[in-house]
Amino acid sequence: MNWLLVVAGAVVGAPLRFLTDRFVQSRHHTVFPWGTFTANVAGCLVLGLVTGAVTAGAASSHALLLLGTGLCGALTTYSTFSYETLRMAEGGARGQAVANVVASVTGGLGAVFIGAALARALWG
Amino acid sequence: MPTGASAPGVEERVGAPGDAAVPARRQPPPWHGQGAVIAAVSAGGGIGAAARYAASLIWPQATDGFPWTTLAVNVIGCALMGALMVLVTERGPAHRLARPFLGTGVLGGFTTFSTYALDVRHLLELPRAAPGLACLVATPLAALAAVWCASALTRRLLPPGRWQAQRAEGAPRPGERGHRAGEKEHRPGEKEPRAAEGQGCR
Repeated sequence: MNWLLVVAGAVVGAPLRFLTDRFVQSRHHTVFPWGTFTANVAGCLVLGLVTGAVTAGAASSHALLLLGTGLCGALTTYSTFSYETLRMAEGGARGQAVANVVASVTGGLGAVFIGAALARALWG
Repeated sequence: MPTGASAPGVEERVGAPGDAAVPARRQPPPWHGQGAVIAAVSAGGGIGAAARYAASLIWPQATDGFPWTTLAVNVIGCALMGALMVLVTERGPAHRLARPFLGTGVLGGFTTFSTYALDVRHLLELPRAAPGLACLVATPLAALAAVWCASALTRRLLPPGRWQAQRAEGAPRPGERGHRAGEKEHRPGEKEPRAAEGQGCR
């Protein structure tokens, strides 16, 4: 059952990241990987919210497996983020590579905190 | 992505002569013509996430300890991504679904940014600032080192073969229409190829 929940979340989360990336990247013409950044920050926000809901007793541990481990785990990614950062650095865009790391780390961490605060406001 | 539509972002003037011309963006939806790629990403994502969940069961993390399992999963996934991207973009030809399935899907589903951020927040709130900050900084550094080392090692172990010589003689150049995913060379600094894409044509 737990395995099914994780896989069910991931088979939605991974293509959602792919489509988010395509949608965002088609709307700007810079080398900065805004698509992956968007997916990562959005996934962190949702995970913070879901974790907060579980802590408050408003959601079950099954919801955490489906939406947290599965959906958000696959919606967000470290491998693509790292590869894109490396590509920018190799291509001479070192400033943008550093900016991507700093923005992703601070944005992701901030989003988790905001999601948890939202959960606290909604469910105490 | 041969869609028949104009390139994304190209504004076209629509309306009959004499009408007030309205600039319009003709952009197909992001899933347009991507059925097989989306299915590959989805299947790969399920496999990758299941492997990550297995790792969390085999090596459970102490609630107040350093999140070694998440770190290991992310670093291993980044190393595999570094090797994979060299294989499919520089040492091909690869099947057009190899990158979306293995890269965007399996490795994208295996590694996770959200759990990393949640682990850091958890440590900072305990409060265990030292391991929290260590995790915050060490994870991206280790991940970048892993993807860089794996790329360099793969290039060294697998020198360019006959395929690249054939490419140099007259295959489509990056950016040309008609190339297929997994058959692209890439030049540093280009916007393409990107690991998060199945096709790379925009």
